[in-house]
Amino acid sequence: MRWRRRPEAGAEEPAATPGAGIDLRDVGHEYGDRTVLSGVSLTLTERRVGVIGANGSGKSTFARLLNGLVVPTSGSVLVDGLDTRTQVRAVRRRVGFVFQDPDAQIVHPTVAEDLAFGPQNQGVPAEEIARRVEEMLDRYGLAGHRDHPAHLLSGGQKQLLAIAGVLAMRPQRIVFDEPTTLLDLANTRRVARVIDELEQDVVVVTHHLDLLAGFDRVLVVEDGRVAADGTPAETVPWYVARMD
Amino acid sequence: MLSLYVPGRSVVHRAPAGLKLGLLAALGVGLFLTERPAVVGGALVGALAVGLGAARLPWRALAVQVRPVWLWLALLFVFHLLATDLRTGTVAVLRLLALLVTAAVVTATTRVTALVAVVEWLASPLRVFGVRPARIGLVIAMTLRFIPLVAERAARIREAQAARGAYRLRWGMAVPLLVQVLRMAATVGEALDARGADDAPARRPRARPAVAS
Ligand SMILES: Nc1ncnc2c1ncn2[C@@H]1O[C@H](COP(=O)(O)OP(=O)(O)OP(=O)(O)O)[C@@H](O)[C@H]1O
Ligand SMILES: [Mg+2]
Repeated sequence: MRWRRRPEAGAEEPAATPGAGIDLRDVGHEYGDRTVLSGVSLTLTERRVGVIGANGSGKSTFARLLNGLVVPTSGSVLVDGLDTRTQVRAVRRRVGFVFQDPDAQIVHPTVAEDLAFGPQNQGVPAEEIARRVEEMLDRYGLAGHRDHPAHLLSGGQKQLLAIAGVLAMRPQRIVFDEPTTLLDLANTRRVARVIDELEQDVVVVTHHLDLLAGFDRVLVVEDGRVAADGTPAETVPWYVARMD
Repeated sequence: MLSLYVPGRSVVHRAPAGLKLGLLAALGVGLFLTERPAVVGGALVGALAVGLGAARLPWRALAVQVRPVWLWLALLFVFHLLATDLRTGTVAVLRLLALLVTAAVVTATTRVTALVAVVEWLASPLRVFGVRPARIGLVIAMTLRFIPLVAERAARIREAQAARGAYRLRWGMAVPLLVQVLRMAATVGEALDARGADDAPARRPRARPAVAS
């Protein structure tokens, strides 16, 4: 509960440069005195970007930097020219985030209510929210579960609901942190297809290397640095060879 | 309260949630002002007629909510037989039954969102003190969402421990559950941020998602 009044949402929309992409400038991040990322400088403008690397290498931290869930302790991250440190709300309207565990990001008891949550927060008018909810229920085969408790959905359906809940907010980009790690093979394929069909730009952190087949660019993170950066054909075999 | 809503299009379903809650409250007060079996019994028959007739609810939807208190009603009846008389005991039991059935009809015909919206509306005068009613509504909704989830995780931990030979319920089982819940809470917090919970206008648009039933 907050006791301080906040300015109305959407009151200020800082000047952005649409299409500029996500610009990381000499970004570093430390938790306490533990350095998790350092010296990351790159610009993401591609439609499909993958991020791979060993456990604990810093992938999730990297992903969270992209929509201001984590702010860099050094350097800066600009999304379409907006600094994640100072314009975090505007940044989060542009960049959606899907977590590994859908249970942690579904916050309303039933499917339709949860889909409406994001747009409600954005102050979208009720009729438009209803339209988006219908669209998402239809698109992801959840129409029959509209009023069902979210905890009765299957793991795959929960992940689709989590993705749909983010899409209902109409972001231009979506960051996925291991969206398929908890899913079986069939659901992994389903979610992979869903990501593939998105018109939004996406950044996908994953241990499922075959998800990256059609991607434009793949980053390999190693001990908090970007150790390789190129097409999947260049970076994936390099990464696999390095693991052996 | 977790998944008691039974979708439908009846007049009762479509009646405003505030009206239904208001009538329930009025009935709660009214029934305790009378001792006449006819009135109290009439209320019970009325509640059943509205629930099973007008709202077309299945028997089960009402029975589910009455079942947990059967034993208490029976004990109450016996207590009255011993301490007072048959008439008082009958009125006491019928009164509680009428209230229970009415409450069951309200919860079975009203979406949680709509009930929460009423709570938010009731809390709206607190805005003067800087309280955001939408926040109260979110807390209620999240409680309803996470109770079954935490129960499920607790059951899984018990299974895991039983699989390793620990059959008796021990306090030690609370530790892994607490760790899991805290870890999840951190992600839930991030997810709320990512989904703009903090972006919510101080005054949330009045109309709720007009999701057709
Ligand atoms: N909130 C935090 N506080 C302290 N240390 C953290 C925190 N979050 C992550 N770390 C540490 O930072 C390092 C990088 O974590 P990160 O989650 O970014 O790795 P990752 O590449 O996503 O790993 P995984 O493949 O296991 O998901 C790890 O050593 C982790 O223990
Ligand atoms: Mg990670």
